[in-house]
Amino acid sequence: MRIAVITFPGSNCDQDCHRSVEAAGATAVPVWHREISLGGTDAVIVPGGFAHGDYLRPGAIARFSPIMTPVVEFARAGRLVVGICNGFQILCEAGLLPGALLRNRSLRFQSHDCALRVERSDTPFTSRYREGQVIRMPLAHADGNYYADRGALEELESEGRVLFRYSDAEGESTEEANPNGSLNRIAGIVNEGGNVLGLMPHPDRAIDLALGSQDGLPLFESLVDSVHQRTPAQMAAAEGRALAGTAR
Amino acid sequence: MSRFRVEVLVTPRPGLLDPEGGAIHHALASLGYDEVAEVRVGKAIYLEVAADSAATAAARVEESCRRLLANPVTEDFTVTVRGEA
Repeated sequence: MRIAVITFPGSNCDQDCHRSVEAAGATAVPVWHREISLGGTDAVIVPGGFAHGDYLRPGAIARFSPIMTPVVEFARAGRLVVGICNGFQILCEAGLLPGALLRNRSLRFQSHDCALRVERSDTPFTSRYREGQVIRMPLAHADGNYYADRGALEELESEGRVLFRYSDAEGESTEEANPNGSLNRIAGIVNEGGNVLGLMPHPDRAIDLALGSQDGLPLFESLVDSVHQRTPAQMAAAEGRALAGTAR
Repeated sequence: MSRFRVEVLVTPRPGLLDPEGGAIHHALASLGYDEVAEVRVGKAIYLEVAADSAATAAARVEESCRRLLANPVTEDFTVTVRGEA
């Protein structure tokens, strides 16, 4: 199985994602942002960094890179796409995920470990976790303050599309545990079809105990499992829901 | 074809938390500017646009705001043609 890892000028976690994919038992395929094809890969990871220097807004320029046309088509077809940190920002700018990532409430670049509560384990990205499990991984961002308007936020919550929420070590999602001001302490969400994930913390920097945590590895293993198991019917259903979301 | 100077102001949507505006508001208050009731921080983008008319220049820039220069989820924008370059 081959998983594309996109590199933009300014990406700096593409190698971390590459290693994470390989640690999960798949082959990572580096794809430069000027490419116009995903080369028949089975899933896509948009890694962290500062694509195009974060100029204008994080992700605002990257979303118009040539590779984003096939990435959007891939996502609309119900295939699996993960955006981490800057990748999450890019997927929001590209309209594949709702909302936006605003400047941190603290106005500071936050760089530290955080605890996350896994809200669901019945998704293609979280099947190797337990529901309610508390996991630790680093975060590193200046613009991770998740915002969506009231309607979009209610939709995310009622449809169970928040997969990761900032919490304390016991799994209580309190405002004290909120590192950036995100609404509802949201750290990671999926799209209408459930096939596109965006999250601000870095599972790719938590795949080895030498790095302080390997709580990120199950995310990549879940992704690899899902690509193996995903049926045409599941993809068609995700495609239908993703298209319905686009039409709104 | 003339060249028009076009100013784009991009501002956070009303009601959206603006921590930078809040920090500046706090600094102004500490300098004694108690009369300042609110501070919002946006950005100004200056363009020179070749177009047949000011209206055409404005229309093109407005389109670019919807596509790139502003994020419709969080920001509003105004486009003003300031004259010929």
